[in-house]
Amino acid sequence: MMKLADLSVGQEIGSRAIEVSRADLVRYAGASGDFNPIHWNERFAREVELPGVIAHGMFTMGAAVQLVTDWAGDPAAVVGYQTRFTKPVPVDDADPGAVIEVTGVIGALDAAASTARVDLTVSAGGQKVLVKAQALVRVG
Amino acid sequence: MTINPELQGRSYPAGDVYSVGRESVRDFARAVKATHPAHFDVAAARALGHADLVAPPTYAIIVAQRADARLIEDPGSGIDFSRVVHAEQKFTHHRAITAGDELVAELHVDAVRAMGTGAMITTRAEIATVDGTPVATTTSAILVRGEGQ
Repeated sequence: MMKLADLSVGQEIGSRAIEVSRADLVRYAGASGDFNPIHWNERFAREVELPGVIAHGMFTMGAAVQLVTDWAGDPAAVVGYQTRFTKPVPVDDADPGAVIEVTGVIGALDAAASTARVDLTVSAGGQKVLVKAQALVRVG
Repeated sequence: MTINPELQGRSYPAGDVYSVGRESVRDFARAVKATHPAHFDVAAARALGHADLVAPPTYAIIVAQRADARLIEDPGSGIDFSRVVHAEQKFTHHRAITAGDELVAELHVDAVRAMGTGAMITTRAEIATVDGTPVATTTSAILVRGEGQ
């Protein structure tokens, strides 16, 4: 387990680029049970005035936190996670259809609660798509 | 159709039991591009002290959205699902979800706020095992777009 004493506010935990295709959205729909057609049906998405098929917000949120899970070494160490969804992630009919860029920085340390807050910056196509994305990680 | 302001404060008691299976944990982990062995390999999960495969941090959304569906599908709510946009999401884990869990969720409508011709609705799902052990609290804010929004 990560030791609080080894961590400092402002420390980077890493970054990654996540390639997303429409097949990934179909897979997420199936695994999550969220079959809203805006995530797989171009015609429907345009009818409701979207630029095209967009990723599930929960796909982006779920994929972005993997950086934190891998850093923490145990998925169960992520005891809290929150975000606001500010911009949709359009996923083109291409491979990849979008690329989500994730970076993580330690935003706060709480010695009493033995937690570290990791602040994630998540963007696609040069725009921030998650705002105030924060994961709370239990540390030793 | 307008959102019923009297939704605020409403709650829906624990409904159907959601049984967390190993393949569901693996499928969800693949779907969010998770690669940690504790999602896939029982021995790896047990080596970390877990009873079975550990679900990814956002897995509880499956149970939470099933609970939300009870509100959205309630004919008295006035919510048109095709106009719903997910605005905010928060997870607080009281303990990790692992394969073999039998979960239920109680849904609370914490806030309903008019936004132009639409509304922002905040719901909270209290997820627990069937024997009452708290597992997770999830909070979702959904924006129901009004006409022209």
